[in-house]
Amino acid sequence: MMEFFWSTIWPVIIIAVQSVVLLVALLLFIAFILLADRKIWAAVQMRRGPNVVGPFGLLQSFADFLKFMVKEPVIPAGANKGVFLLAPLVTSILALAAWAVIPLNLGWAVADINVGVLYIFAISSLGVYGIIMAGWASNSKYPFLAALRSAAQMVSYEVSIGFVIITVLLCAGSLNLTKIVEAQAGPWGFLQWYWLPLLPMFVIFFVSALAETNRPPFDLIEAESELVAGFAVEYSSTAFLLFFLGEYVAIMTMCAMATILFLGGWLPPFPVPPFTWVPGVVWFVAKLSFMFFLFSMAKAIVPRYRYDQLMRLGWKVFLPASLAMVAIVAAVLQFTGLAPK
Amino acid sequence: MTALIQDYLPIVVFLAVAAAIGLALMAAPFFVAYKAPDAEKLSAYECGFNAFDDARMKFDVRFYLVAILFIIFDLEVAFLFPWAITLGELGTFGFWSMMVFLAVLTIGFIYEWRKGALEWD
Amino acid sequence: MTIAALFFYLYAAVACASAFMVIAARNPVHSVLFLILTFVSAAALFVLLGAEFLAMILVVVYVGAVAVLFLFVVMMLDVDFAELRQGFLQYLPVGALVGVIFLVELVLVLGTWAVAPEAMRAIQAPIPPLDQVSNTQAIGRVLYTTYVHYFQLAGVVLLVAMIGAIVLTLRHKENVKRQDVGRQIARTRAMSVELKKVEPGQGI
Repeated sequence: MMEFFWSTIWPVIIIAVQSVVLLVALLLFIAFILLADRKIWAAVQMRRGPNVVGPFGLLQSFADFLKFMVKEPVIPAGANKGVFLLAPLVTSILALAAWAVIPLNLGWAVADINVGVLYIFAISSLGVYGIIMAGWASNSKYPFLAALRSAAQMVSYEVSIGFVIITVLLCAGSLNLTKIVEAQAGPWGFLQWYWLPLLPMFVIFFVSALAETNRPPFDLIEAESELVAGFAVEYSSTAFLLFFLGEYVAIMTMCAMATILFLGGWLPPFPVPPFTWVPGVVWFVAKLSFMFFLFSMAKAIVPRYRYDQLMRLGWKVFLPASLAMVAIVAAVLQFTGLAPK
Repeated sequence: MTALIQDYLPIVVFLAVAAAIGLALMAAPFFVAYKAPDAEKLSAYECGFNAFDDARMKFDVRFYLVAILFIIFDLEVAFLFPWAITLGELGTFGFWSMMVFLAVLTIGFIYEWRKGALEWD
Repeated sequence: MTIAALFFYLYAAVACASAFMVIAARNPVHSVLFLILTFVSAAALFVLLGAEFLAMILVVVYVGAVAVLFLFVVMMLDVDFAELRQGFLQYLPVGALVGVIFLVELVLVLGTWAVAPEAMRAIQAPIPPLDQVSNTQAIGRVLYTTYVHYFQLAGVVLLVAMIGAIVLTLRHKENVKRQDVGRQIARTRAMSVELKKVEPGQGI
């Protein structure tokens, strides 16, 4: 009995503790990322942003959280109750699930599986369900239109994300996220990370990630001037909070993917002391924050796309460009003999 | 316990923890929130009238076409994954084998472009 | 071993139960959601078999793409389900007949089922061994060289599917104004503005 405990139960307890620590850290990080988003947006428009709750408004997100908690949950009479309540849960749990495989440092992943990239690709392709389910279950016009838009939009940009991932895999030669980061290590430091040799793919990945997470300028599913609040019109209280949370966790996942695939994960920018003395997780979070800064600036300075322009960009620009790059990168690796064995 | 299950067990545990957090957040306001039920709160968000009919309606077939094309390209990406990580071992034949595959699908892509299937109107 | 068996029975039970619910649920949207649950459980069973690549591809392709289309069609097609159910009894004999034929076929296939001894050996000792080569790599090594014909055939099938989808569904609306970025950029001042000298008191 004791042996069974030590061999089976104990590892599960350790994993559970790791998971809780990671999730709590992630959610706390997102609380401040949310504030940073609003502050950056405000700074671009020469406003102050939230500055009342706590010093510099640092506690704003926690105040918002408490407010969500004490709001009355309302389920519309015409809604399909089960699916209506399931939608926010699906959105938030799926968004969080991706973080199980993301390595914050060497060996710092809750689950270091062989097919980590595929896992995240699979999870992010399921992100569309929460929105379709919410849009349909609400039985209201605005959410329905938002669900329609989101399904076509998220699906369109996922193809180019797939091709972009393929080009990185060609260079790294593994589906394991830790090995992809290690393949970028070398004496040239940050010049050897894939963002430089694969620069066009980095740009395509960044823009597709904006579209995939429904961030401005591609936030057509919650375009408030046309659809009020899009798929979340009928939601109140923490159900709305879960959508909001899921959206930001998905954005963080995309930032983490960009960090791992193109910015060398936890690797220091210069592989010499004193940079190598800094723990890898610090570099990882710094790169994550930098990626989010780009997301935030895109939201602040780019006007919203029109739907036909959005579809044209996805299918007629990114898809052929990334497909061609797959062939070009493979050809270069093949004929120079650089392909990883 | 095989090595593979040891790799995947953390994902199951992680999902369970994430689900617990999600459920707790979802259920909390049903217990702690202030409630003032009102029939008007239960109506769908509209201009002020009650909705005349069901919100779900027919729409353009183009959305389905996008979904079908997505399935095809998604499958193409699925075929690319094993090739991408074994390119170094495959040699020239493996490389050209994939190039032919991509060329065949590029023909399809050019066809749909010329037909105007990628136009949005 | 016990953990693996536990998970197997858990996912197998969920897969069977949700597969049953796919045909038992009254609301077709619920059917599709149960279908998704079945796919996910099947993916988990693949993982238990050690086929992690297949498991992930099952989720990416079936749950991430095919089921989205199903859900899309069922949710948005505005089918009157009460009307659909009206003919239920009328079509019952035909449906039952097809079901019986399938059952007979299944029994015939299972009755003459024999597993080749080589296959059993290959399952017990996979080549290459699982702990040295991940199964994504193992697939990659043979799919594009040894099985190149099947691979190219798959490419042709995808091409046919693409053309078929377009031929069946593409309808162009008349009189639609489209944005042509090339033309917008190519337009010069000389093409769009004309300056005319207007004499005072004369008009144009």
